[in-house]
Amino acid sequence: MKTAVIVFPGSNCDRDVAEALRLATGMAPAMVWHKETELPEGTGIVAVPGGFSYGDYLRSGAIAARSPVMQAVKAAADRGVAVIGICNGFQILTETGMLPGALMRNAGIRFVGRDVGLTVDNSQSAFTSRYDSGESVVFPVAHHDGNYTANEETLDRLEGEGRVAFRYAEEVNGSARRIAGIVNEGGNVLGLMPHPERAVEPAHGRTDGKRLFEGLVEALA
Amino acid sequence: MKYRVHVTLKSGVLDPQGKAIHHALEGLGFDGVRDVRAGKLIELELEDDSAGEGDIDQMCRKLLANTVIENYRIEKVEAAGQRS
Repeated sequence: MKTAVIVFPGSNCDRDVAEALRLATGMAPAMVWHKETELPEGTGIVAVPGGFSYGDYLRSGAIAARSPVMQAVKAAADRGVAVIGICNGFQILTETGMLPGALMRNAGIRFVGRDVGLTVDNSQSAFTSRYDSGESVVFPVAHHDGNYTANEETLDRLEGEGRVAFRYAEEVNGSARRIAGIVNEGGNVLGLMPHPERAVEPAHGRTDGKRLFEGLVEALA
Repeated sequence: MKYRVHVTLKSGVLDPQGKAIHHALEGLGFDGVRDVRAGKLIELELEDDSAGEGDIDQMCRKLLANTVIENYRIEKVEAAGQRS
Protein backbone atom coordinates (compact mmCIF):
# COMPACT_ATOMS: atom_id res chain seq x y z
CA MET A 1 0.00 0.00 0.00
CA LYS A 2 1.53 3.29 -1.14
CA THR A 3 0.89 6.23 1.12
CA ALA A 4 1.64 9.96 1.04
CA VAL A 5 1.98 12.67 3.67
CA ILE A 6 1.33 16.27 2.64
CA VAL A 7 3.85 18.78 4.00
CA PHE A 8 2.99 22.48 4.35
CA PRO A 9 5.18 25.25 5.68
CA GLY A 10 4.41 24.96 9.40
CA SER A 11 3.38 21.28 9.46
CA ASN A 12 4.88 19.65 12.53
CA CYS A 13 3.25 16.23 12.79
CA ASP A 14 4.23 15.13 9.29
CA ARG A 15 7.03 12.87 10.47
CA ASP A 16 4.93 11.38 13.27
CA VAL A 17 2.16 10.37 10.87
CA ALA A 18 4.75 9.16 8.34
CA GLU A 19 6.14 6.82 11.01
CA ALA A 20 2.64 5.60 11.92
CA LEU A 21 1.97 4.82 8.24
CA ARG A 22 5.36 3.14 7.86
CA LEU A 23 4.61 0.89 10.85
CA ALA A 24 1.23 -0.04 9.38
CA THR A 25 2.36 -0.63 5.79
CA GLY A 26 6.03 -1.54 6.09
CA MET A 27 6.81 1.17 3.55
CA ALA A 28 7.87 4.76 4.08
CA PRO A 29 5.27 7.20 2.70
CA ALA A 30 6.06 9.77 0.03
CA MET A 31 6.44 13.22 1.58
CA VAL A 32 4.60 15.59 -0.77
CA TRP A 33 5.34 19.32 -0.64
CA HIS A 34 2.39 21.73 -0.77
CA LYS A 35 3.40 23.14 -4.16
CA GLU A 36 3.06 19.79 -5.93
CA THR A 37 0.10 19.49 -8.26
CA GLU A 38 -0.05 15.69 -8.32
CA LEU A 39 0.20 12.83 -5.86
CA PRO A 40 2.57 9.92 -6.60
CA GLU A 41 1.00 7.32 -8.91
CA GLY A 42 -0.87 4.62 -7.02
CA THR A 43 -1.22 6.46 -3.69
CA GLY A 44 -3.84 4.63 -1.62
CA ILE A 45 -3.80 6.68 1.58
CA VAL A 46 -3.11 10.40 1.96
CA ALA A 47 -2.43 11.94 5.36
CA VAL A 48 -2.90 15.67 5.93
CA PRO A 49 -0.87 16.21 9.09
CA GLY A 50 -1.15 18.43 12.14
CA GLY A 51 0.79 21.58 12.77
CA PHE A 52 0.36 25.25 12.06
CA SER A 53 0.28 25.46 8.27
CA TYR A 54 1.03 29.01 7.10
CA GLY A 55 1.17 30.11 10.73
CA ASP A 56 -2.62 29.67 11.08
CA TYR A 57 -2.93 33.01 9.26
CA LEU A 58 -6.45 34.18 8.39
CA ARG A 59 -8.04 31.00 9.86
CA SER A 60 -6.46 27.69 10.81
CA GLY A 61 -6.09 25.68 7.61
CA ALA A 62 -7.52 28.40 5.35
CA ILE A 63 -4.41 29.11 3.29
CA ALA A 64 -3.31 25.46 3.12
CA ALA A 65 -6.76 24.51 1.81
CA ARG A 66 -6.14 26.72 -1.24
CA SER A 67 -2.64 25.36 -1.97
CA PRO A 68 -1.99 23.48 -5.23
CA VAL A 69 -1.56 20.07 -3.61
CA MET A 70 -4.99 20.18 -1.99
CA GLN A 71 -6.60 20.23 -5.43
CA ALA A 72 -4.83 16.93 -6.08
CA VAL A 73 -5.90 15.56 -2.68
CA LYS A 74 -9.51 16.56 -3.37
CA ALA A 75 -9.42 14.90 -6.79
CA ALA A 76 -7.92 11.74 -5.25
CA ALA A 77 -10.63 11.67 -2.58
CA ASP A 78 -13.27 12.00 -5.29
CA ARG A 79 -11.78 8.87 -6.88
CA GLY A 80 -12.13 7.03 -3.56
CA VAL A 81 -8.57 7.34 -2.24
CA ALA A 82 -8.54 7.32 1.59
CA VAL A 83 -7.67 10.68 3.16
CA ILE A 84 -7.02 11.22 6.86
CA GLY A 85 -6.71 14.75 8.23
CA ILE A 86 -5.44 15.06 11.78
CA CYS A 87 -5.71 18.25 13.85
CA ASN A 88 -4.62 21.02 11.46
CA GLY A 89 -5.30 18.42 8.74
CA PHE A 90 -8.94 18.24 9.89
CA GLN A 91 -9.14 22.04 9.80
CA ILE A 92 -7.75 22.00 6.26
CA LEU A 93 -10.28 19.37 5.13
CA THR A 94 -13.19 21.46 6.43
CA GLU A 95 -11.73 24.56 4.76
CA THR A 96 -11.60 22.76 1.40
CA GLY A 97 -15.21 21.64 1.86
CA MET A 98 -14.21 17.95 1.81
CA LEU A 99 -15.79 17.66 5.26
CA PRO A 100 -18.73 19.74 6.55
CA GLY A 101 -18.63 22.28 9.36
CA ALA A 102 -15.77 24.33 10.77
CA LEU A 103 -13.31 24.24 13.66
CA MET A 104 -13.43 27.35 15.81
CA ARG A 105 -11.39 28.63 18.73
CA ASN A 106 -11.73 26.33 21.78
CA ALA A 107 -14.63 27.36 24.01
CA GLY A 108 -12.22 27.91 26.91
CA ILE A 109 -9.92 30.07 24.68
CA ARG A 110 -6.91 28.10 25.88
CA PHE A 111 -4.74 25.73 23.89
CA VAL A 112 -5.50 22.20 25.08
CA GLY A 113 -2.59 19.74 25.07
CA ARG A 114 -3.16 16.50 26.99
CA ASP A 115 -4.40 12.93 26.72
CA VAL A 116 -8.17 12.73 26.35
CA GLY A 117 -10.65 9.90 26.48
CA LEU A 118 -12.62 9.25 23.32
CA THR A 119 -15.47 6.98 22.40
CA VAL A 120 -15.48 5.19 19.07
CA ASP A 121 -18.92 6.13 17.84
CA ASN A 122 -19.04 3.94 14.77
CA SER A 123 -16.69 1.05 14.07
CA GLN A 124 -18.12 0.48 10.58
CA SER A 125 -15.82 2.95 8.81
CA ALA A 126 -12.58 1.95 7.10
CA PHE A 127 -10.79 4.05 9.72
CA THR A 128 -12.37 2.44 12.77
CA SER A 129 -12.81 -1.19 11.70
CA ARG A 130 -10.30 -2.45 14.27
CA TYR A 131 -12.24 -0.84 17.13
CA ASP A 132 -15.57 -1.79 18.69
CA SER A 133 -18.48 0.64 18.59
CA GLY A 134 -18.66 2.32 21.97
CA GLU A 135 -15.07 1.40 22.81
CA SER A 136 -13.09 3.85 24.94
CA VAL A 137 -9.67 4.90 23.68
CA VAL A 138 -7.18 7.58 24.69
CA PHE A 139 -5.43 9.81 22.15
CA PRO A 140 -3.47 12.98 22.86
CA VAL A 141 -4.93 16.31 21.73
CA ALA A 142 -2.95 19.49 21.08
CA HIS A 143 -5.02 22.28 19.58
CA HIS A 144 -6.32 25.80 19.92
CA ASP A 145 -9.06 25.59 17.30
CA GLY A 146 -10.81 22.28 17.88
CA ASN A 147 -14.31 23.48 18.64
CA TYR A 148 -16.34 21.67 15.98
CA THR A 149 -19.24 23.74 14.71
CA ALA A 150 -21.92 22.99 12.14
CA ASN A 151 -25.59 23.83 11.82
CA GLU A 152 -28.13 21.57 13.52
CA GLU A 153 -29.22 20.02 10.25
CA THR A 154 -25.64 19.01 9.42
CA LEU A 155 -25.08 17.63 12.92
CA ASP A 156 -28.30 15.59 12.71
CA ARG A 157 -27.27 14.25 9.33
CA LEU A 158 -23.76 13.30 10.54
CA GLU A 159 -25.25 11.42 13.47
CA GLY A 160 -28.08 9.89 11.45
CA GLU A 161 -25.70 8.59 8.81
CA GLY A 162 -23.25 7.19 11.37
CA ARG A 163 -20.55 9.59 10.25
CA VAL A 164 -19.35 10.58 13.71
CA ALA A 165 -16.25 8.40 14.08
CA PHE A 166 -15.01 9.63 17.47
CA ARG A 167 -16.51 11.66 20.29
CA TYR A 168 -14.82 13.17 23.34
CA ALA A 169 -15.73 11.24 26.49
CA GLU A 170 -15.35 14.51 28.43
CA GLU A 171 -15.71 18.23 27.75
CA VAL A 172 -12.54 19.32 25.90
CA ASN A 173 -13.08 22.29 23.62
CA GLY A 174 -16.78 23.06 23.31
CA SER A 175 -17.31 20.91 20.20
CA ALA A 176 -20.91 20.49 19.13
CA ARG A 177 -22.21 17.17 20.47
CA ARG A 178 -18.65 16.45 21.62
CA ILE A 179 -17.65 15.54 18.09
CA ALA A 180 -13.94 14.74 17.78
CA GLY A 181 -13.85 13.17 14.31
CA ILE A 182 -16.15 12.72 11.32
CA VAL A 183 -16.10 10.97 7.95
CA ASN A 184 -17.39 12.26 4.62
CA GLU A 185 -20.41 10.93 2.78
CA GLY A 186 -18.31 8.41 0.83
CA GLY A 187 -16.68 7.12 4.02
CA ASN A 188 -13.17 7.54 2.57
CA VAL A 189 -12.24 10.85 4.23
CA LEU A 190 -11.73 11.14 8.00
CA GLY A 191 -10.97 14.32 9.90
CA LEU A 192 -10.23 14.27 13.62
CA MET A 193 -8.67 16.66 16.11
CA PRO A 194 -6.98 14.09 18.42
CA HIS A 195 -3.66 12.58 17.36
CA PRO A 196 -3.78 8.80 16.80
CA GLU A 197 -0.25 8.96 15.32
CA ARG A 198 1.06 10.02 18.72
CA ALA A 199 -0.15 6.75 20.25
CA VAL A 200 1.30 4.00 18.07
CA GLU A 201 4.39 2.81 19.95
CA PRO A 202 4.95 1.66 23.54
CA ALA A 203 7.39 4.56 23.93
CA HIS A 204 4.44 6.93 23.35
CA GLY A 205 2.93 5.62 26.56
CA ARG A 206 -0.03 4.05 24.77
CA THR A 207 -0.81 2.41 21.45
CA ASP A 208 -4.53 3.05 21.01
CA GLY A 209 -3.93 4.84 17.71
CA LYS A 210 -2.11 1.95 16.08
CA ARG A 211 -5.29 0.09 15.13
CA LEU A 212 -6.59 3.08 13.19
CA PHE A 213 -3.71 2.89 10.71
CA GLU A 214 -3.57 -0.92 10.68
CA GLY A 215 -7.33 -1.19 10.22
CA LEU A 216 -7.30 1.32 7.39
CA VAL A 217 -4.52 -0.52 5.55
CA GLU A 218 -6.37 -3.80 6.07
CA ALA A 219 -9.69 -2.34 4.88
CA LEU A 220 -8.08 -1.07 1.67
CA ALA A 221 -6.00 -4.17 0.92
CA MET B 1 -9.15 51.71 -5.12
CA LYS B 2 -9.28 50.78 -1.48
CA TYR B 3 -11.81 48.52 0.17
CA ARG B 4 -12.31 47.19 3.65
CA VAL B 5 -13.74 43.75 4.25
CA HIS B 6 -15.33 43.24 7.66
CA VAL B 7 -15.55 39.57 8.62
CA THR B 8 -17.78 38.73 11.57
CA LEU B 9 -19.15 35.54 13.06
CA LYS B 10 -22.74 34.72 12.13
CA SER B 11 -25.20 35.69 14.83
CA GLY B 12 -25.99 32.15 15.98
CA VAL B 13 -22.33 31.16 16.27
CA LEU B 14 -20.81 31.27 19.73
CA ASP B 15 -17.81 33.61 19.89
CA PRO B 16 -15.26 32.41 22.48
CA GLN B 17 -12.93 35.36 21.81
CA GLY B 18 -15.73 37.89 22.19
CA LYS B 19 -16.70 36.24 25.47
CA ALA B 20 -13.13 36.42 26.78
CA ILE B 21 -12.88 40.11 25.83
CA HIS B 22 -16.22 40.77 27.53
CA HIS B 23 -14.98 39.04 30.66
CA ALA B 24 -11.74 41.07 30.65
CA LEU B 25 -13.69 44.32 30.23
CA GLU B 26 -15.81 43.43 33.24
CA GLY B 27 -12.59 42.71 35.13
CA LEU B 28 -11.50 46.28 34.37
CA GLY B 29 -14.71 47.59 35.85
CA PHE B 30 -16.68 48.25 32.65
CA ASP B 31 -20.05 46.93 33.76
CA GLY B 32 -22.32 48.29 31.07
CA VAL B 33 -21.29 45.96 28.25
CA ARG B 34 -24.09 43.66 27.13
CA ASP B 35 -22.22 41.62 24.51
CA VAL B 36 -18.89 41.55 22.65
CA ARG B 37 -18.31 40.01 19.23
CA ALA B 38 -14.81 39.88 17.75
CA GLY B 39 -14.17 39.97 14.02
CA LYS B 40 -11.53 40.73 11.41
CA LEU B 41 -10.78 43.71 9.25
CA ILE B 42 -9.03 43.13 5.95
CA GLU B 43 -7.92 46.09 3.83
CA LEU B 44 -7.52 45.60 0.10
CA GLU B 45 -5.99 47.97 -2.37
CA LEU B 46 -7.06 47.17 -5.92
CA GLU B 47 -5.61 48.26 -9.23
CA ASP B 48 -7.65 51.15 -10.58
CA ASP B 49 -8.78 49.17 -13.62
CA SER B 50 -9.83 46.05 -11.72
CA ALA B 51 -13.39 44.77 -11.66
CA GLY B 52 -13.89 46.05 -8.13
CA GLU B 53 -16.61 44.95 -5.83
CA GLY B 54 -17.66 41.87 -7.79
CA ASP B 55 -14.11 40.57 -7.53
CA ILE B 56 -13.97 41.24 -3.82
CA ASP B 57 -17.20 39.34 -3.32
CA GLN B 58 -15.53 36.32 -4.97
CA MET B 59 -12.42 36.81 -2.81
CA CYS B 60 -14.62 36.75 0.29
CA ARG B 61 -16.43 33.59 -0.77
CA LYS B 62 -13.30 31.76 -1.85
CA LEU B 63 -10.90 32.75 0.90
CA LEU B 64 -11.41 35.78 3.12
CA ALA B 65 -14.48 34.49 4.96
CA ASN B 66 -15.53 30.98 5.90
CA THR B 67 -19.21 31.27 5.08
CA VAL B 68 -20.01 28.23 7.23
CA ILE B 69 -19.50 30.41 10.32
CA GLU B 70 -18.79 33.95 9.11
CA ASN B 71 -20.52 36.86 7.39
CA TYR B 72 -18.70 39.57 5.52
CA ARG B 73 -19.37 43.16 4.57
CA ILE B 74 -17.51 45.07 1.85
CA GLU B 75 -16.88 48.76 2.37
CA LYS B 76 -15.50 51.11 -0.27
CA VAL B 77 -13.01 53.42 1.37
CA GLU B 78 -11.45 55.46 -1.37
CA ALA B 79 -12.49 56.10 -4.96
CA ALA B 80 -10.15 55.77 -7.95
CA GLY B 81 -7.55 58.49 -8.25
CA GLN B 82 -7.84 59.59 -4.62
CA ARG B 83 -4.59 58.82 -2.92
CA SER B 84 -3.62 60.07 0.46
